[in-house]
Amino acid sequence: MIEAVGLTKRYGAKTAVYNLSFQVRPGTVTGFLGPNGSGKSTTMRMILGLDQPTSGHVTIGGHPYRKLPNAPRQVGALLDAKAVHGGRSARSHLLSLAQLAGIPARRVDEVLGVVGLQSVAKRRSKGFSLGMGQRLGIAAALLGDPQVLLFDEPVNGLDPEGILWVRNLMKALAAEGRTVFVSSHLMSEMALTADHLIVIGRGQLMADMSVKQFISANSADFARVRTPDTEPTQREKLVTVLAEAGGQVLSEPDGALRITGLPLPRISDLAHGADVRLWELSPHQASLEEAYMRLTQGAVDYRSTDDRKAGLMQQQPPGYLPPQPQPVVPEVPQQGWYAPPPPGQNPYAGGQGPYAGAPAPQPPAGPPSATAPGAPVSGGPAPVPGPAVPADAPPVPQAPPAAAPADLSKNEDPR
Amino acid sequence: MSAAYPPSQQQYTSPIPVRRAHLGDALASEWTKIRSVRSTLWTLGVMVALMLAVGLLIAWAVSSVDTGSGETATGGEPVFVLGIYGVLLGSLCVVTLGVLTIASEYGTGMIRTTLTACPSRGRVLTAKAVVFFLLVFTVTTATATLVAAAQVGVIDGPEPTGEQWLRATVGAGLFVATLGLLALGVGALVRHSAGAITIMIGVILLPLVAGLFMMGTESLRGVQEFLFKYAIPSLLIGFYSESGLIDGGPHGWTPLGILAGLAAVVLGGAYLMLSRRDV
Repeated sequence: MIEAVGLTKRYGAKTAVYNLSFQVRPGTVTGFLGPNGSGKSTTMRMILGLDQPTSGHVTIGGHPYRKLPNAPRQVGALLDAKAVHGGRSARSHLLSLAQLAGIPARRVDEVLGVVGLQSVAKRRSKGFSLGMGQRLGIAAALLGDPQVLLFDEPVNGLDPEGILWVRNLMKALAAEGRTVFVSSHLMSEMALTADHLIVIGRGQLMADMSVKQFISANSADFARVRTPDTEPTQREKLVTVLAEAGGQVLSEPDGALRITGLPLPRISDLAHGADVRLWELSPHQASLEEAYMRLTQGAVDYRSTDDRKAGLMQQQPPGYLPPQPQPVVPEVPQQGWYAPPPPGQNPYAGGQGPYAGAPAPQPPAGPPSATAPGAPVSGGPAPVPGPAVPADAPPVPQAPPAAAPADLSKNEDPR
Repeated sequence: MSAAYPPSQQQYTSPIPVRRAHLGDALASEWTKIRSVRSTLWTLGVMVALMLAVGLLIAWAVSSVDTGSGETATGGEPVFVLGIYGVLLGSLCVVTLGVLTIASEYGTGMIRTTLTACPSRGRVLTAKAVVFFLLVFTVTTATATLVAAAQVGVIDGPEPTGEQWLRATVGAGLFVATLGLLALGVGALVRHSAGAITIMIGVILLPLVAGLFMMGTESLRGVQEFLFKYAIPSLLIGFYSESGLIDGGPHGWTPLGILAGLAAVVLGGAYLMLSRRDV
């Protein structure tokens, strides 16, 4: 079991991790999620005693790592797949680690078999692909047959078959009663692998709960409504009626309305009462990916902006004003997808922030028209009707969502 | 928080017998590491080639210009003094290897894997130092012995004493390996291969060059004398000869003692920093 208490790490003026407390239990795969630069790797290094926390402490089985008896037999870690001397063969690399930890040399050939690298064992690791490097790193983590396993971004660079293999490996390791702690910035991957989630943003704890709880706490249902395009007055009438009834209305780019806070039958009744015809009335639910985006949107360090080419365009003749649309209804925000939280409300303050229990308080809004055909913005994995249990995520999630906001703009894989 | 978890199952225990790792394991590991990279072969190979080639060429050149006037070619010094050119060039290769032994782990990130497999940082550094020292000592001593034997065979000179023989063979090995340890300590402190190698080459060559530039500057005479006495090439010359580069400089076994003291201080600093710093 891994236990962190008040873990804080500062590098000069920058606080990488702040007051992080969590527990990682044996027998489950615990996902460690956060946008790039949120402090995942720093936390992993502190767990392994490589970095000294500025304050707080972290223990494995009750001991700090550097005081752990037989540490390499109790903890195995994959930190960086390319953290090997490129001139050394895979086998020599593992052999040196096995010797250092007092592990019999036969174990090296065993783990080479487990990760499927027997045929290239004698080759220098300089020529390895990213996926082969990941496998070599996983082999090093498994070398001591440890109780506690830490993997930092283990699926980076793996092909679909490799991702499936890693996923099953993690589950099998946890089923044997081991503690498995896996960091990732890909929510979709974690949805399939992890039982429990620890989410951090900007070095602070944002959620510590099971995957199921996480979805129900962070995803929001909404309805999509479309009125006849030919009669804009009907649309305005419906907006007024729905707002009076307590619904929150956002406009989608294709002219449809997104309504939260009202059940579908009620929307239908209200429309009927206002004598408005509907072309569409459909239920939607945010997926786990969206729940994650929603949670971490305020904590993204690297956010892309529109490429406006502002200084490069020809000047319009003086007096020219570009057409200014005057939206009656607020647009669904295009950047970040979700309206920012109301001022004064810190979404990631402490362990039991607004996400620990009931649905989040700010106006819930999913991604714009994630399922609408022909919509200009295509969201992440298509939300399916019904509760988005982990099995609903797409089977091959290593491709980042096409229009995902900047969370994925900095690929953590440094090559 | 904890109530949300399922009841903890039985913890996994490995069927592989658990044995406490010790320094011997770390030594075996470092030996595997140092023999499985090509830079070891390259640096030590070049060192052996340089020592042999330079040593033998000089011996041959000196013997062929022998005037036969009764004056010996080396002016009363033991013939081994001609070996210093090869040793000095060879030591540059050893310095490179010494730095690479530790700094390449930082360059590749391997150090994190190493220190995860062995959280005792002192043990890792000790194992590196011991394995590197013994390897360099063995190779240098063997090469120096070959060169020394060839010099005695080729050049007419005073019959070397047993102590001179010892210094020209085992002593040369110790001197070069200690210089390598100094480089390893600098590599552990700087953690950057190119930077540490540059620093070491500067440390070896710069004092003597600076001393040469001070020629004729009367006010800097004291500084110049100090540099000429204690620059690393001067120490090497003093180690081979009976008088030192200039009068009063360290000679005999003293230069080795000075170098060992310097290496000990730097390695001590490396131990301290390694155990304190984040990796």
